[in-house]
Amino acid sequence: MRGWFLPLAVAFGFIFLYAPIVSLVVFSFNESRLVTVWGGFSTRWYGELLRDRQILGSAWISLQVAFASATLATVIGTLGAFVLTRFSSFTGRLLLTGMITAPLVMPEVITGLSLLLLFVSMELTLGWPAGRGLTTIIIAHTTFCAAFVAVIAQSRLRSMDESLEEAARDLGAGPVRVFFDVTLPVIAPALVAGWLLAFTLSLDDLVIASFVSGPGASTLPMVIFSKVRLGVSPDINALATIIIGFVLVAVLIAGWLMRRALRKGG
Amino acid sequence: MSAGNALTRSAPWRGTAWLMGKLGISGRTLVIAVPMLWLGVFFLAPFFVLGRISLAEALIARPPYTPLFERGPDGSLQIIASLENYRFLMTDALYRNAYLSSIRVALVSTIFALLIGYPIAYYIARAPEPKRSILLLMVILPFWTSFLLRVYAWMGFLRSNGVINNTLISLGIIDAPLRMMQTDFAVYIGIVYTYLPFMILPLYANLTKLDSALLEAASDLGASPFVTFFTVTLPLSLPGIVAGSMLVFIPAIGEYVIPALLGGPDTLMIGRVLWDEFFSSRDWPVASAVAIVMLVLVVAPIMWLQSIQNRREEG
Repeated sequence: MRGWFLPLAVAFGFIFLYAPIVSLVVFSFNESRLVTVWGGFSTRWYGELLRDRQILGSAWISLQVAFASATLATVIGTLGAFVLTRFSSFTGRLLLTGMITAPLVMPEVITGLSLLLLFVSMELTLGWPAGRGLTTIIIAHTTFCAAFVAVIAQSRLRSMDESLEEAARDLGAGPVRVFFDVTLPVIAPALVAGWLLAFTLSLDDLVIASFVSGPGASTLPMVIFSKVRLGVSPDINALATIIIGFVLVAVLIAGWLMRRALRKGG
Repeated sequence: MSAGNALTRSAPWRGTAWLMGKLGISGRTLVIAVPMLWLGVFFLAPFFVLGRISLAEALIARPPYTPLFERGPDGSLQIIASLENYRFLMTDALYRNAYLSSIRVALVSTIFALLIGYPIAYYIARAPEPKRSILLLMVILPFWTSFLLRVYAWMGFLRSNGVINNTLISLGIIDAPLRMMQTDFAVYIGIVYTYLPFMILPLYANLTKLDSALLEAASDLGASPFVTFFTVTLPLSLPGIVAGSMLVFIPAIGEYVIPALLGGPDTLMIGRVLWDEFFSSRDWPVASAVAIVMLVLVVAPIMWLQSIQNRREEG
């Protein structure tokens, strides 16, 4: 793997990764409705996007769902990770290990269908949740996002120096104070990373939300999917460009913060 | 005053602690109970509901399936359950073909992802530091943007009047547009594109741990770079290859969005069959049976593999 072959293969790989995204961005500024034929520079599709109430409404729903489920998932995922790394033996330990990692590999169609069936039977027997909408999507997203948060939190809890917690205990702090004053500040960056991952996963989910949502609660991916199914449309290109821009800015800020933190620590 | 101190001194906290003490619940039990209950109710219980509805029959009613229990004419409680849905799945060629074709599509995509991902992972693992971090970030960056929109980007690329065809025609390489959209080829591209970071990252993690002294030893003993790669690097990176391949293969099998947007009407995949059975045919019991069979075929082997791996790590 020396000489010309390796750089060529890598260049091909990166072109493969980025060419579709670049073309998506370029054609979002296209005057023509034909997405792939250049008709001059224009920002008209951005204007149309801002007037599209369906897209704006669903984007608002998606942001609410993502915020709520990322927050809930961070709490549940962190608790799960804490229990599994700090309590060596308790009844149901194996069960909890399985339940917290299985959502990572579960096909989305199965998670979505089985949760919907649960909600329907719960409504029939308990009367809750009444119908499906925001609440059921938030519950579903929390459940699968908690698994991702737990993985990140678990690796941080394992690598952290446990003698800090011991020292705090020796100095007379109760378990709650040890957690909030010692453990939490140390693992906080990992939890922020976990929250962000959960937020993007929730914002991105189409399949699970389609199963568990009800009338009047269409998330952004559901609206995009129904539009895109009929073919390419330039306002979706504009939407994609805005999302890519947001991600780029967020990653740059995160990178800058991380470098600053490293410099401070070192 | 610290946050933990403020919390434990607050009135609501002390009230709750007092109540828990009276009820005989320890804080430890409560901390274990929260994730346990949430996942038990919203992750584990749904599978029992799924299994139970897969034994029912479809009805045009609310809910659209037969109840599990029914009062007999003499007032006794009878359990109604039939394996009819499973018999239907076994005998109908559509479902068998869908399962087989999902496995084929996932397998082909995994091989392509490995062929494209391996050189990239190898190159990054060998790169000097500032370059290495930047390339790694460039691999992960697309993963943070919307999955749906990345699949959509390929629709504009592969269409008959899309970017690829327009470029090839204007360069005079082809006369008529190639048909790429709505083919299995487009589905392979979509899957490889979406899951490539999952292939590259475990491979990269494995290849950075590779001891370069081994490679030097091989070349000192006269092995060509080609021979060194196939006799030293490749065998040593096998764990990375297995991990990366699993991370591509598993989600690819149950994939719905990619075959729905890029595939043709004849691209059969089991995730798509389940979706149509539920949303178009509205047959909840058959959709449940499809999900259960999928669970057994796809998830059971993974869990089994995982448990072996866990035991090996512990033992």
